[in-house]
Amino acid sequence: MLRIRRLEERCIHFAETGDGLIRAHYHLYIGQEAAGTGACAALAPADRVFTAHRNHGHVLAKGGDPARILAEIIGRSGGYLGGRGGTFHVAAPEIGILHTSAIVGGSLPLAAGVAFATKKTRDQRVTLVFFGDGTMEEGVFTETLNIAQLWKLPLIFYMENNSVSAHERVGRGSPTSEHAAKALSDVPRAFDVHTTVVDGTDVEAVQALVRGLADRVRRGEGPFFVESRTTRWPGNYGSFPKLVGGDTDIAWTWDAAAAPPAIASWTADSDPIIRYAVRLLGTGTLNRDGLRAIDAEVRAEIDAAASWALASPPPAEEDALAHVYR
Amino acid sequence: MSTAETGTRVMTFAQALADAVDEILDEDARVTLIGARFTGHTPSAYVMDPVLRKHAARITWPPISELAYCGIAVGAAMAGLRPIVEMSTSTFSYEAIPQIVNEAGIISATSGGRVGAPVVFHMLYGIRGAGGPQHSGSPQPWYWNSPGLQVAMPSSPADVKGLLRWAALRSENPTLFMDHQRLMELEGPVPEGRYEIPFGVAEVKRRGRDLTIVATSIQVSRALEAAALLAREGIEAEVVDPRTLEPLDRETILGSVRRTGRAVVTDESHDHCGVASGLAAIIAEECFAKLRAPVRRVSIPSAPVPYAEALERALVPSAERIAAAARSVMR
Repeated sequence: MLRIRRLEERCIHFAETGDGLIRAHYHLYIGQEAAGTGACAALAPADRVFTAHRNHGHVLAKGGDPARILAEIIGRSGGYLGGRGGTFHVAAPEIGILHTSAIVGGSLPLAAGVAFATKKTRDQRVTLVFFGDGTMEEGVFTETLNIAQLWKLPLIFYMENNSVSAHERVGRGSPTSEHAAKALSDVPRAFDVHTTVVDGTDVEAVQALVRGLADRVRRGEGPFFVESRTTRWPGNYGSFPKLVGGDTDIAWTWDAAAAPPAIASWTADSDPIIRYAVRLLGTGTLNRDGLRAIDAEVRAEIDAAASWALASPPPAEEDALAHVYR
Repeated sequence: MSTAETGTRVMTFAQALADAVDEILDEDARVTLIGARFTGHTPSAYVMDPVLRKHAARITWPPISELAYCGIAVGAAMAGLRPIVEMSTSTFSYEAIPQIVNEAGIISATSGGRVGAPVVFHMLYGIRGAGGPQHSGSPQPWYWNSPGLQVAMPSSPADVKGLLRWAALRSENPTLFMDHQRLMELEGPVPEGRYEIPFGVAEVKRRGRDLTIVATSIQVSRALEAAALLAREGIEAEVVDPRTLEPLDRETILGSVRRTGRAVVTDESHDHCGVASGLAAIIAEECFAKLRAPVRRVSIPSAPVPYAEALERALVPSAERIAAAARSVMR
């Protein structure tokens, strides 16, 4: 989780340098790290994951190399796609992320197709597709959900509802996208798809849930639907994220008052990293020094990844027409 | 084609298509069908029946969800299957444009060639007779305009079999396989045995010294009919069939035009940015110094295809219209 946070803080720093490292809008996963981390930790390395425009955290959680992720985000030849995809399309076939669609809902039928293929070939691998609550406004969502259920595909729909308040997370939850359903989880239930709602800021709860679902998929069950509820990070409004409150300080775990006012209540109630750190301190699993040591290690890793990405040359102009056909 | 003309059997386009599907399923266990009515509502629909019975376990019949099932086929192709999606009427593919154009078409390029989507989207296009404005569509220019997709447009029984076998068994790229509704009953010699026709290899369907008619799919039959009319007037037309638009055999087309110095291009899609327009632009750019007349296009005027027979007929790029265009470039 902390690796994702530090990597994405670096994205904002890249964008804010204003010298063209990130030339257009982009989307961050800050505040949702527990979902991607917990879900991917519950899968096997060979399992397949699909993501969308908000993909950085998913690729890192699935085992991606932060240096190659950052290089892709700034369009360098060392990136996972050699700079052809950029922030919207980060994918890594070698770790089970075959292709990333940045069109809302675009990955859903592709993920269902991979699940269709594994079922046809009696392959035990699980396919999990992450998508946001807004995707449920797209027609392709309903089409894919219907087919997945009709054909009993070995697929986990992992919907990240990233706009509910801390209060709504534990309650019934309301649609935050433009949707007529009273609760988004009512929709898959109407298709008779097994549906679970989970607090997407609780990494252990997510991991336990997805581990159980993945086991059931391997036994030939599916599809499954998860609504993962998180509270939108205050810096995440609009398509140009702002680092409200600055870089996360791990000391906010034991000194909540130190968090800047713009971020303080979100940090205390909804930041999956701080909440997990609080739990680790409370259970005595780690002390403050232990947390600081982990943070230092992560910072060093992301610093090195950023240096590697910045040193990676841009792709050669003559490669623009390469690989259109195989 | 590798097989000698001696070992051939005359059959309809529909029968050659059905034979190809049967052989493909026999030969490669990775091939899976999503939908399977390759011969549509044509008079030849029945020829698929034995194939559907024999391979019932290989066919998945989808709900009316073109966008999702085309995407599922793309995903399954990425995961190692070789799906063939039978979409029936080509305009239904408009419902699936996001997955065909914006996903299948970009996968190889975006992944640096590490991931491919060898899927075939088969569809029946064109003015079928009483199809009206929504069932007579010709989307080949849409897909030719979309990088990463291959477009096949067979004109004969031998070609449909060889090209479909290539697309399904050999190609590593997504293919739009467009069969004209009215070709199903066309008869022609088909080589005995199993053979493929690689994409990107045009065929000269008729030799001629006076002008080149570049024709796709059903327009080949119409161009050959026009060439017969012209021959009575002493005009010898060469008819070149690209067979696939992407990849395109530019050399065979341009070589013919350089020899004859005159070109008519015909495809049953609309004028604006149509297939005929695209081919005419290539010819004009590459052969300008050799051209003795402007390149003429014979395609569908930009109007929705109407229902009534008299109105429909007015839009068909017929043999008479091709012959008239040929006469105009001969002046």
